[in-house]
Amino acid sequence: MTQLALVIDLNVCVGCHACATSCKEWNTGGAAGPLTDQNPYGKDPSGTFFNRVQTYEVGEFPATETVHFPKSCLHCEDPPCVPVCPTGASYKRAEDGIVLVDYDKCIGCKYCAWACPYGAREIDEQQQVMKKCTLCVDRITSKELPEEERKPACVIACPTSARLFGDVHDPESEVSKAVRERGGYALMPEWETRPANQYLPRNPNKAVNAVAALQDDPRVIDGAMAAPNDGAVKA
Amino acid sequence: MNPAWSVIFLTTLIGAGQGLFLALFGIDVAARIGVIGTAPSQLFVIGAVISVLLLVGGLAGSFFHLGHPERAWRAIAMWRTSWLSREVIVLPAFIAAVAAYGYAHATGLNCAAWIGFGAALLCLALFLCTAMIYICLKFLQEWHTPLTFINFLLLGTASGALLAAAVANAVWPSIAPLLAALAGVVTLFAALTRGMSLARNARLRPKSTLQTAIGIANPKIAQKAQGAMGGSFNTREFFHGRSKEVVAAVKWFFLICVFAVPLLLLVIVLTAAAPQWLAVAFGVQYAGLLAERWYFFAQARHPQNLYYQAIS
Ligand code: SF4
Ligand code: SF4
Repeated sequence: MTQLALVIDLNVCVGCHACATSCKEWNTGGAAGPLTDQNPYGKDPSGTFFNRVQTYEVGEFPATETVHFPKSCLHCEDPPCVPVCPTGASYKRAEDGIVLVDYDKCIGCKYCAWACPYGAREIDEQQQVMKKCTLCVDRITSKELPEEERKPACVIACPTSARLFGDVHDPESEVSKAVRERGGYALMPEWETRPANQYLPRNPNKAVNAVAALQDDPRVIDGAMAAPNDGAVKA
Repeated sequence: MNPAWSVIFLTTLIGAGQGLFLALFGIDVAARIGVIGTAPSQLFVIGAVISVLLLVGGLAGSFFHLGHPERAWRAIAMWRTSWLSREVIVLPAFIAAVAAYGYAHATGLNCAAWIGFGAALLCLALFLCTAMIYICLKFLQEWHTPLTFINFLLLGTASGALLAAAVANAVWPSIAPLLAALAGVVTLFAALTRGMSLARNARLRPKSTLQTAIGIANPKIAQKAQGAMGGSFNTREFFHGRSKEVVAAVKWFFLICVFAVPLLLLVIVLTAAAPQWLAVAFGVQYAGLLAERWYFFAQARHPQNLYYQAIS
């Protein structure tokens, strides 16, 4: 069984947002489009995106590292967003494992977004249907595009090749090898969603480690807990 | 979560409609087996009409939650996997059953009891579907407990029984004290179980942390950018944006209005034979339930919020 996915290398992502913008460009004109915006040139611009690049500061000054963290639908192998959908608009394709939304069936109840722990789904405020990353299903299955362009727009756009794309069920694929050899990990493993997308951890930074100990294995969660997130925090 | 008024009205209105039906059907059964005298069928007709109005009101409210209400019929498709789909099927079925129950009483059909029995089963199924919509989301830890079902059941039944007492007071006054006592008992139990869920949620520790969210073990992580500066669906749907003080005030408001005031009024009703307070008690409790449901949503901390803690 094929399971297409992205594997994102946190060592080389420079946070340039090229993936987010080329995603928006392709998908607003592609089969999933338009991805509408509200107030794009106004005071509080807002819009529908499949992919967001976030930035985190890890560690305590001066021993800090900046981590850029692209985030999109992880095409979970056990996606909690799919069974809750009352209309069947949300589904996982058997042939390649891509999780998709049928915009003609979606009633905009937003229940699937509640059921995604990662915040990967965004309602299109103008079209009032649920949108999310399609892995550029219309690109990768295209018969017209040249072979080398049949990849998600974000993968092609990334100037540092931080985004790998392929079949994580094929042990010989580039993505499987990267996950195997470089300790690829899943987000929020505690919910057993088995995300297909995985992340390659940063190599320990010697300069930073000389000042303070950043842990070698980023998957190990040490004793310290993040401050409990309470819904009252204003974003 | 950011509480949606459409869902608050849906769950509280159908809860009261369900409770009203259950209380009246209980009276119907008690009358039929001869423990409380002969009930006037008028009581059940009027009760069924009010119950249907509440249920239809809730259903109408729920349409405001949808981006495409004209496609709502599609929501019956996935009943095999989706509790929302099941609710969408059971709610209209229950409305039809209550309407049939009222019609049977109005026309003196002797199958009214059987229709009522079927409607009671649908009523319980509806409580289950509504609650399971929230319970089944395991990472919304505040909701992922059987207490959610118990609270929906008891709070709906309490408000419905209170309304039934107020209605009975106009139609068959001698039965009003019994219904008032029933409403009081259910309200007491609901106070207990809602208190249990408040205590449980106060002790909850979120399983997800920023560390598990981005997969980096360092205890010190601070977000510097979330990928949008003017907000997004993620910030609008999952944050209520109110201060801790406001949330705490809502909690005390609902504890007073759902439990304390109605119980006090019920004591007055029963001891001072002052049934005119029944309608007031229902009104206060329903207002309290709106706040209770708002709090239910606001209190649930979605793990996606970990990714949206700072703009820049
Ligand atoms: S990341 Fe969210 S939206 Fe994507 S498949 Fe997993 S649960 Fe569904
Ligand atoms: S918003 Fe659309 S895709 Fe999501 S659960 Fe509702 S109908 Fe399904």
